[in-house]
Amino acid sequence: MMNQIVQGILLGGYYALIACGLSFMFSVMRIINLAHGSLAVLSAFALWLLASRFHIPPFLGLLIVLPLMAVIGWALQRFLLERSARGGALLPILTTFGLAIVIDNVLFEQFGADTRSLAPFIGSLSYDSWEWPGSLYVGKLAVIIFVTAVVLLGGLQLFLTRTGLGRSIRATSEDPDTAGLVGVDARRANAVAAAIAMVTVGLAGAFLGMRATFDPYAGATQLLFAFEAAVIGGAGSLWGTLIGGIVLALAQTLGAKIHPQGFLIGGHIAFLIVLFIRLYTSGLGLRGLLRLSTGRTP
Amino acid sequence: MSLLSVEDLVVRHGLLQAVRGVSFDVARGETLALVGANGAGKTTLLRAIAGAHQAASGRVTFDGADLSGVPSHERVRKGIALVPEGRRLFVQMTVEENLLLGRSAGRAGDWSVERVLETFPNLKPRRHAKAGHLSGGEQQATAIGRALMSNPDLLLLDEVSLGLSPLIVDRVYASLQGLISSGATIILVEQDLNRALSVSNRVICMLEGRIALAGDSKTVSRDEVTKAYFGLHRKGAGGVPA
Repeated sequence: MMNQIVQGILLGGYYALIACGLSFMFSVMRIINLAHGSLAVLSAFALWLLASRFHIPPFLGLLIVLPLMAVIGWALQRFLLERSARGGALLPILTTFGLAIVIDNVLFEQFGADTRSLAPFIGSLSYDSWEWPGSLYVGKLAVIIFVTAVVLLGGLQLFLTRTGLGRSIRATSEDPDTAGLVGVDARRANAVAAAIAMVTVGLAGAFLGMRATFDPYAGATQLLFAFEAAVIGGAGSLWGTLIGGIVLALAQTLGAKIHPQGFLIGGHIAFLIVLFIRLYTSGLGLRGLLRLSTGRTP
Repeated sequence: MSLLSVEDLVVRHGLLQAVRGVSFDVARGETLALVGANGAGKTTLLRAIAGAHQAASGRVTFDGADLSGVPSHERVRKGIALVPEGRRLFVQMTVEENLLLGRSAGRAGDWSVERVLETFPNLKPRRHAKAGHLSGGEQQATAIGRALMSNPDLLLLDEVSLGLSPLIVDRVYASLQGLISSGATIILVEQDLNRALSVSNRVICMLEGRIALAGDSKTVSRDEVTKAYFGLHRKGAGGVPA
């Protein structure tokens, strides 16, 4: 049981990593990026390409891929999301859904349907582990991912609270009109936030490729995990994302212990319970929830 | 040369014309009071000068530069700062963070967090408190301080006394008097006519989006302004009706 808890907590680090970009974009730009998972897979493929064709190890490849992801994020915000956001809240969701389909199919066109992994390019790190007291075996890669998640979330927290640009991003997320009136360029703040979010997506994609296999259509599953972790942790809260990731991963690992098919179901049940609690405590009440579920407005 | 020049400005809210062909100048170091009933177009005019509303037609010139199409954050960079109606603080941020945001435009000047806290001593013990937890007076002081942090050449104050107790309003105006004495250029929207006339050099009374009366605050009579306020002003009586 202890082993499951430890593995669950460490897996939570990966979920926090993939959820934090989604949560960050939602809290700053109020955009639910449905292309989030596909962009993570795009990053994994970019690293795989660098490793297999140019023999650049994935950790070194991050020096190329992460700046590229930042540029993609900046360009996405400036040329796609910003424009679609002018058409209402629904349009960016549809836009990012379309973007996900485009990315998935371009990857399929270029790389085919084969599953791939970055594990062969990181030596024994993909399977090495430390033995902890009590016959606990803890994967080195899992620890690296967890530590990266904590450092990234802490770094983001410091950036947002201690720097002028971070304050500008927070101000824009709270009230973009007033932010403009105090001299903040809200467009720039949003573009920088999108670039940061894409860097976190790039990192998540790298770890996805190192710890598991991926294919051009793996983005949807990653998006689901990111969405569940973000909702459990409270979308917009950085440390909440870590807690959300850990809760999701613990539910999955405990679900898998109960039943071999229980891994995904365990996570979904935890997500639904938290979602219902959040909706119920949001003031809608049980009657409001029932009306929502039957399509009637409360 | 005037610091700000507004020429035949028209601002619309959808089909409603909130500002209808307003023209006036503001000289450097001048304090102009904008008065008028609710819905007269004062706030819309101020927000149009700050760039928060786009003008349908007409022109705003600041320090010789045409501001047409210039976004609000660029106008702050050029030296225009607005203290919006209702304060509009970032409530999740501390007083200090709100003040530091005022520096976003990067204009050089004497205003610092320390100087704002000297100017508004009631903020000193609240420096690290969230803006959402402040009293109305403290919030107003923070909003004015945030605008001052951008080292503006022109300060636009929208209803700074709204919702505050008389005692707090006295404190806020005592601080403003210090700014006015130091030569700041201010456009002040104020419902309290006596206060508006006492702190300003010039007064403009708006009615239904137009200037109903413009005059010198020291010579125009309260009665004339009151008549213009309610649309009873006759042309040629006292001030300069537009």
